[in-house]
Amino acid sequence: MSELREIVSTGNELSALAGVDAGCTFFAGYPLTPSSEVMHSISDYLPKVGGTCIQMEDEIGAICAVIGAGMAGVRTMTGTSGPGMSLKAENLGLAQMAEVPLVCVNVMRGGPSTGLPTRVSQGDIAQAKTPSHGDYKSITLCAGNLAECYTETVRAFNLADRFMQPVFVLLDETIGHMHGKAMVPTVEDVKKGIVPRKIFDGAPEDYRPYGVEQDEPAVLNPMFEGYRYHFTGLHHDGKGFPTEEIETCRKLIERLFKKVEDYQDEIESNEEYLLEDADILIIGYGSSSLAVKEAVDVLRADGVKVGMFRPITLWPSPEKRMYDLGQKFKNILTVELNQGQYLEEVQRATGRLDINKLTKTNGRPFSPQDIIDKVKEVF
Amino acid sequence: MAFNYDSYLRMEKMPTLWCWGCGDGVILKAFIRAVDKLGISKDEMCIVSGIGCSGRFSSYVDFNTIHSTHGRTVAYATGVKLANPDKHVVCVAGDGDAWAIGGNHTIHGCRRNIDMTLIVIQNFIYGLTNSQTSPTTPQGMWTVTQKIGNIDPTFDGCEIAISCGASFVARENVTAPKKLEKVFVEAFKHKGFAYVEAMSNCHINLGRKNKMVSAMNNLDWIDSITTPKKKYEALSEEEQLNLLPTGILKQDTDVDEYCDLYKMIQDAHQGKRGKITQDDFKKKI
Repeated sequence: MSELREIVSTGNELSALAGVDAGCTFFAGYPLTPSSEVMHSISDYLPKVGGTCIQMEDEIGAICAVIGAGMAGVRTMTGTSGPGMSLKAENLGLAQMAEVPLVCVNVMRGGPSTGLPTRVSQGDIAQAKTPSHGDYKSITLCAGNLAECYTETVRAFNLADRFMQPVFVLLDETIGHMHGKAMVPTVEDVKKGIVPRKIFDGAPEDYRPYGVEQDEPAVLNPMFEGYRYHFTGLHHDGKGFPTEEIETCRKLIERLFKKVEDYQDEIESNEEYLLEDADILIIGYGSSSLAVKEAVDVLRADGVKVGMFRPITLWPSPEKRMYDLGQKFKNILTVELNQGQYLEEVQRATGRLDINKLTKTNGRPFSPQDIIDKVKEVF
Repeated sequence: MAFNYDSYLRMEKMPTLWCWGCGDGVILKAFIRAVDKLGISKDEMCIVSGIGCSGRFSSYVDFNTIHSTHGRTVAYATGVKLANPDKHVVCVAGDGDAWAIGGNHTIHGCRRNIDMTLIVIQNFIYGLTNSQTSPTTPQGMWTVTQKIGNIDPTFDGCEIAISCGASFVARENVTAPKKLEKVFVEAFKHKGFAYVEAMSNCHINLGRKNKMVSAMNNLDWIDSITTPKKKYEALSEEEQLNLLPTGILKQDTDVDEYCDLYKMIQDAHQGKRGKITQDDFKKKI
């Protein structure tokens, strides 16, 4: 285990710091509670390292500038919350289609619409699966504690460059505004772990940015270095130019799926807490999992054998692991701050409709007692 | 010797998808001649286009090119430029692109005076999608959504660009390709936000239904509603009412450029200078 350093900060600030440590040099954003502190902090951090932070005229402008910088070849990031995600959706679709890597931090608040701007929710889980129209496979990570606001943001940058697509980091109001001590990797370790995007170094006339194997992401060289090519949101051929040729169109969308699906083991990340001897399984993620963990400890002290499964990568979901858990555990409870958005995924993966759920959508976080009461009620 | 455009074009993409007689090709050629005149390398320039007929511009030219989403050219270009302040960035948008769906980005690009050129191909209509009303469609004209005559008041893009702070604003017609080329040269040389409105014809989706059945009819009409800036200024207010001035309408080199301003922030954060005050800006209020 490498050395860790102690930082006392908030989730939002840790996420911004992680971006800069991971080599991000461009941030564009728009003020949006409860995510604004990501932009506040990074506006100080980036110019120090020669990077740029710009407050754009709106959420759409912010994501477009971020995609533009990503196309130019730099590591790039934005921060927002639900209403901003809705506005960014169309252009996030272009980033999926043109395979532009970027990191988008969404600090979830109560919705729909303006909802509960200063209060917590986990209401954007379903949205994160496919924020825009069309078919593709998103990558979504969800921080479950302060340290993960840092480590998952770092991981998001490396995954974005590995899979050449946007990666979403979900925080929520509770964890984004939580202030405390976090043990995170040193800057040196983070820098050592950076895997930059693949670059083509052959002759420019042989360069086919999208002409890759069916399970590979595009190879997009930085701009202004002699490899002139074309980005478009239209269906495109190996060189990036618009086409409606039937086979090319079929293969493009299939590849957008396959490049993620075939390498899910590189993306999947879960925490399993006291599952081995448990009779009851609780599935929770994000800030809710903090309450779940405490409830597990209290229930165990009472002699109730409970364990927790926490997906850290929400999309693509850990469907195989959840299927196995569905076979092993008769009693399963999902805990989430929405009306059961991930429950549907758990039902799909386990093939079971008899999963119990604990939901909350009043803008308040779970207390461990909520979970203890629910476990005692249903099992 | 005739100018050879081939080395700037993606020849395998020729012919273009633009209709026979469309002015967009004239703009494309004037653009290429201007780049050539200034000796700008194809590797030093990024072209960002939006959606519509003008959106195809980027796929035809052999530069670093982005075919972005509807209305967002300036926002994409802002990201490219801030990540590469020493490179040339040119946006190509249509009138619907720049002034309807993308109005906000255009306004704020002008306000920031970030160093890029926005070429708006102004043909008074949504051409690609079959004749819907644009913010620049003249009142009284037939559109597919206002078949008995458009009632929506029109935007003058140049006037808005000037008032929003663009430091270079020009308008030219496709009937004057040499002048268009000259305007592009000045725009690319200009440090700051350059707004160039290139007036073009759409005889197919504007003209046919508005008594301008051929490209020539449509171009004659554009000529009839435009006049060089000098002549325009000599006219009475009443005479000016139904005319649009052409030429360079604003060229202000005494305004701060955004990438330069951001450099002050970087320097301050790196301890190379103190805090930024009002005295650091050319324009104080």
